Amino acid sequence: MAADDAAIREVNGVKLEVRDIGSGRPLLFLHPGHPSGRLAGNAPVLSKLAENFRVIAPTHPGFGRDTAPETLTTVEDLSYLYLELLDALNLKDAVVVGASLGGWIAASMAIKSTARMSRLLFVNPLGIKVGGREARDIADIFAIFDKEIAALGYADATLGTPDRTKLSEDEFLFMAKSREATARYAWSPYMHDPKLKGRLYRIKIPTLVLAGEADRIVAPGYAKAFADAIPGARFTTIPGAGHFPHHEQPDALSAAIAQFAGG
Amino acid sequence: MRVFQFTEQPYPPAWDKHQGSLRVNLPNRLLDPTVAADLFHRYYDEWQLCDELGLNIMVNEHHQTATCMSSTCVVTLAVLSRITKRARLLVLGYPISNRPDPLRAAEELATIDVISRGRLEMGFVKGVPQEVAVANLNPVFTNERFWEAHDFIIKAMTSHDEPFNWESENFHYRHVNIWPRPYQQPHPPVWSTTGSKATAMKFGGLGYTMATLGTGYATRPIYNAYRQAYMEKHHVAAPADRFAYLGFVAVGHNEVEARRLGEMVLAYPRTSGIVHPPFRNPPGFLSVADNVRILKGEGKPRSYTKDGRVVDMAKGSVQDLIDAGVLFCGTPDQVYDQITDFAEHCGGMGNLLMMAHAGGMSHDDTVGNLSLFAKEVLPRLQEFRQPDAAVAAE
Repeated sequence: MAADDAAIREVNGVKLEVRDIGSGRPLLFLHPGHPSGRLAGNAPVLSKLAENFRVIAPTHPGFGRDTAPETLTTVEDLSYLYLELLDALNLKDAVVVGASLGGWIAASMAIKSTARMSRLLFVNPLGIKVGGREARDIADIFAIFDKEIAALGYADATLGTPDRTKLSEDEFLFMAKSREATARYAWSPYMHDPKLKGRLYRIKIPTLVLAGEADRIVAPGYAKAFADAIPGARFTTIPGAGHFPHHEQPDALSAAIAQFAGG
Repeated sequence: MRVFQFTEQPYPPAWDKHQGSLRVNLPNRLLDPTVAADLFHRYYDEWQLCDELGLNIMVNEHHQTATCMSSTCVVTLAVLSRITKRARLLVLGYPISNRPDPLRAAEELATIDVISRGRLEMGFVKGVPQEVAVANLNPVFTNERFWEAHDFIIKAMTSHDEPFNWESENFHYRHVNIWPRPYQQPHPPVWSTTGSKATAMKFGGLGYTMATLGTGYATRPIYNAYRQAYMEKHHVAAPADRFAYLGFVAVGHNEVEARRLGEMVLAYPRTSGIVHPPFRNPPGFLSVADNVRILKGEGKPRSYTKDGRVVDMAKGSVQDLIDAGVLFCGTPDQVYDQITDFAEHCGGMGNLLMMAHAGGMSHDDTVGNLSLFAKEVLPRLQEFRQPDAAVAAE
């Protein structure tokens, strides 16, 4: 849980909290939304990835100690912010990994420009509409109990239901903030951009879509449909993980990323 | 003091069939439209009686709920504006931050003001949290949308010479020019509700009529916040008519009868919180600090008695809620004393929003409650001399 080695980096006037750890090929890690926002489960996977990569892990505005600027209200806004971050860091061949909400942000970046990217990895990405107008592709996490989110989102639901008697003040704060910030960016259209799927053809760099086998946050076939919309993208599943493999299977996920993206 | 009679036009036949939620997701097959029709006609008859008895009327709206069939306040106001003659028609309120189209809201309210010949009291509210699930507009931006919709509606009601343009994050119009324009000039009086001192100060600066609900003997600090901001902006003390309080009312010829009616009107606070819990707290609706408290399982009591005892509105007894200034209940003399004592405590309170019908209270009981109140209590309240506003403002 040692995420407080983050530095504040100003990007386009936005004070962004960014962890920059490890060395090697640069890897931008874009974290999920609620209930696995800033701290929850992110730290171990980042340390693991830092064994092979220079890991650059921003906290999305509003998820950390900051207050999200009024100008940032959509995933579209975040995509420009992080394209600007790649420019500011002058990265040439970044590996971009986006998990869940972070996958949507990564896709929204990549359809605009992959000039500074070498490889793209999506881990249980959100952001597209697959089913018909009466199909709910993505569980409404704001309409169910936390224990139900854990049951849908984790192979082992106990990981998704932390003992609240043992949480720190910071952990309570970031739980509350990640729930609000997720809604800020993804309330409606719910967790997706109706145009995104039709624009994924623009992604022409090597791409891997990874999905936890036990993910029930999204409807069956959702992650595969995401992969199918990207020319040449590969698709593979991670056993023993639900919607948050970075949290449940950090070793297996890091190994899969290192295998696909080198190190 | 002015008095407004409020009911939510409930559908009580379904109230014992819920499985933990009377709102949002209670299947509407539990509503028999023929029974609903009878109830609606009865409720409008009772409001017509209010009009004849000299009482004013308050309406509201809620969505997808057996507790309130007034699902769009505009329909309710439209009926009332034609079938009543004298009563002021208060909507408290119109949840404008849950509506994508404030132009439509401005047109509706202006039309009602004209049909009623200037009897509309125009309350704007942010709505209750569970209705975010119905409106599906982003709860994180409720406050911002509320104030922008407010600004837009006031501008639409007060612009008379040429169409205007409005292009913002939230709303886009290029030719705004409402017909009809409001009957009252420059626009119907504006009301709102709050439980927070910061919001009370905002309303005080604007001089709007501010109502609280269920705040009991914790009301005074909220009113005082309003008074302070009003004084700073207007350089005179806020008059009592800027303050409103929603209380439950049960009047009987004797205490036994009054307490029987009191039990019935308390059906409202006892059921209003029955909703699937995740809908109760949409993200961003409450502050981060409040959400941290909720995550830790810490509650936030709201109702207090005069001597500082905390009362749970959903579970308190008739006596508890009388002590808390939430329920005014007893013989006409007792009810008059309770209401005026409360108004004194508040430093002045010029509008009683009275819930004298709720839940399964019968037509006969409702008529009895309203009639006795109107005959024995209302005339004395109308004569009640409010505390000195200048003293209250100090």
